[in-house]
Amino acid sequence: MAATPRVRGTRSEASEQRRRRRVWSYLVLVGLAVFFLFPLVFMFVSSLKPDGQILSDISGWRAFLPVGDVGLDNYGAVFDRVPVGRFLLNSLLVTVAIVGLGLVVNSMAGFALSRLRWRGRGLVLGVVIATLIVPFETIAVPLVYWVAHLPTLLFQDGALVYDIGWLNSYKVQIIPFVANAFSIFLFSQYFSTIPTSLDEAARIDGAGWFTIYRRIVVPLSGPAFATVAILTFLPAWNQYLWPTMVVQDEKLRPVMVGMQYFFQDNPAWGEIMAYTSMITLPVLVVFLAFQRAFVSSVAASGVKG
Amino acid sequence: MRKPLAIVAAAGLLGTVALSGCAKANHDGTPSGNGPTQISMWTHSAGNPGELAVYKKIIDEFNASQTKYRVVQQNFPQGSYNDAITAAAAARNLPCLLDMDGPIMPNWAWAGYLQPLELPAALTDSLLPTAVGRYQGKVYSAGYWDAALSIFARKSVLEKNGIRIPTVDKPWTLEEFDAAAARLKSSGYATPLDLGAADKGEWWPYAYSPMLQSSGGDLVDRTAMKSADGVLNGPDSVRFFTWFQKVFKNGWANSNGPVGNQKFIDDKVALSYTGVWNAQDALQKVGSDLLILPPVDFGKGPRIGGGSWQWGISAGCGSAPSEGAREYLKFSFQDKYLTDFADSQVVIPATAGAAAASKYFGPDGSLHQFAVLSQKFALVRPATPGYPVISTTFEKAAKDVMNGADVKSTLDRAVQSIDSDLKSNNSYGN
Repeated sequence: MAATPRVRGTRSEASEQRRRRRVWSYLVLVGLAVFFLFPLVFMFVSSLKPDGQILSDISGWRAFLPVGDVGLDNYGAVFDRVPVGRFLLNSLLVTVAIVGLGLVVNSMAGFALSRLRWRGRGLVLGVVIATLIVPFETIAVPLVYWVAHLPTLLFQDGALVYDIGWLNSYKVQIIPFVANAFSIFLFSQYFSTIPTSLDEAARIDGAGWFTIYRRIVVPLSGPAFATVAILTFLPAWNQYLWPTMVVQDEKLRPVMVGMQYFFQDNPAWGEIMAYTSMITLPVLVVFLAFQRAFVSSVAASGVKG
Repeated sequence: MRKPLAIVAAAGLLGTVALSGCAKANHDGTPSGNGPTQISMWTHSAGNPGELAVYKKIIDEFNASQTKYRVVQQNFPQGSYNDAITAAAAARNLPCLLDMDGPIMPNWAWAGYLQPLELPAALTDSLLPTAVGRYQGKVYSAGYWDAALSIFARKSVLEKNGIRIPTVDKPWTLEEFDAAAARLKSSGYATPLDLGAADKGEWWPYAYSPMLQSSGGDLVDRTAMKSADGVLNGPDSVRFFTWFQKVFKNGWANSNGPVGNQKFIDDKVALSYTGVWNAQDALQKVGSDLLILPPVDFGKGPRIGGGSWQWGISAGCGSAPSEGAREYLKFSFQDKYLTDFADSQVVIPATAGAAAASKYFGPDGSLHQFAVLSQKFALVRPATPGYPVISTTFEKAAKDVMNGADVKSTLDRAVQSIDSDLKSNNSYGN
């Protein structure tokens, strides 16, 4: 009887200690969250201020507060300077195409490399992985020359005509980025964890390789598809160098090239912040919608976008 | 098994054709039928509505004035323009007409991007000398306007501090400038000068190499264009860069932002070394107290940079489109368009006639002083294909010196880097 209150006391002390520890950890986490939100807050708040005020507020806390001469003028000016709707649409189309086609093509390649038995498979996988060390910038100029001389079909005056050159099109922004060595590697690694006995059972039932891919491997590989989709989405949305080199028509430009429109003799900082707010929103929406998959994909692949 | 594959294949084909259908070829020349010869034209003006409006007016009026040629414009943002040109040249997809920043022209001419302009001499002779791009005795580019740098000041501030107001005929000497900076600092300006050191890229040679030339140094030996030795690292250059380092060491200037003229507008600096493009805004904010002062005489006479955006015709442009491109350029160099350009962009018109008609740069215009500075003191940057390397090397060396590096050894390294590029390219044919 006498020991009971002490045990109770010890338990309540321990739970109090746990509670305090939790409060402190939450405080630290909230502090970190606020710290990491600073750039975003600065961007949104600055998008509401005129240039002069952004520059005069920048050295203090006012930079993060919507105070002073705030309004939506910068957003209106963005639409005057840049066809922002068109650029957003272009980026959306290019990104969705790269991600969608990439999932199909790379997963099939990964399937062929991990599940099918054929001579030279290891060598091909090695070559695919080796291409990861080649930076895109080193092949950009030869690639431009190459795509400028590829055959193409065009609608011209209501007829389908044969022409040379892929420059200045959507497909030149999409097709070179569909096949992706890292995605192939990721798929092949993930597929190799799925037991081959499932393939064998399906083969006995008369299934071909495509059926095995479509009906067995793909449904079991949701996390791999989510990871690849997320890791492909960000670089596709952020494309800048390649469209700068291959797209001359303003109607086909993506959002990141549009950023340069604001850097004239004196950068229009308010408009820059308004534009970046607009083009960041879709990325934030995607991140919030898929944040669980995003975090696990970063953890799984060890790579951030 | 075959059905899904067939669907995928059909969808792929349809997708490819659909995406191809959105493509737009960039072919100069006569389209099918008897239509006008198409002439494509690229500008660096995307995001600059004022400049685009003037181009639209010129192109619309040219296209309406005749039926033989049709100019089609594409606009690129300035920051990625040179990359787009280089990529298009690699793909042999350059347009007939293209604009370019003056100092890059010799490199593009040497690389085979450009053909000689072959506009009538009467036209090119009527332009400001710095608005005409010459390389190896031939004209490759010509511009509607030029820019100029000056020192912005407030009359009241100079008078209050007993500082002489310099004139074009009697600019500040270096000693006077140093004394003014020291006086202004002691009067309460934490950093009395804004030299624009927060900026980057071509600004550095554009802004600071004229000071170097005013001191007696230069970026390269212009007589042969084969070496920078003894010129960029000679005694005059060492003297200039030692002074340049002192300016930052003494706290007379710093490399903090923002880029532009805001610090002067806010009266946080007393003297701002900046361009004509900031003058209209300064005039509105400072009013009649604004002074547009000539550059400092570092010993060999004041200097400012010359040579801005100009027009050229690509080497790959066929003979008929080239002829059309020349017709267009001749049409576009009318005084009325040059005046439109100058008054829209607040830049100095390239002809005397256009300057006289300009509301800003005419004899009674509020910014006439810039036209005078340009005529008297402007010097183009060295017309050598090696200029891009000279430019980036100069920027790096000047920034190193600003940050405290040893002056002589930094300049020796810069010379080594420039000479190595010139040597490995056989002095670019010079």
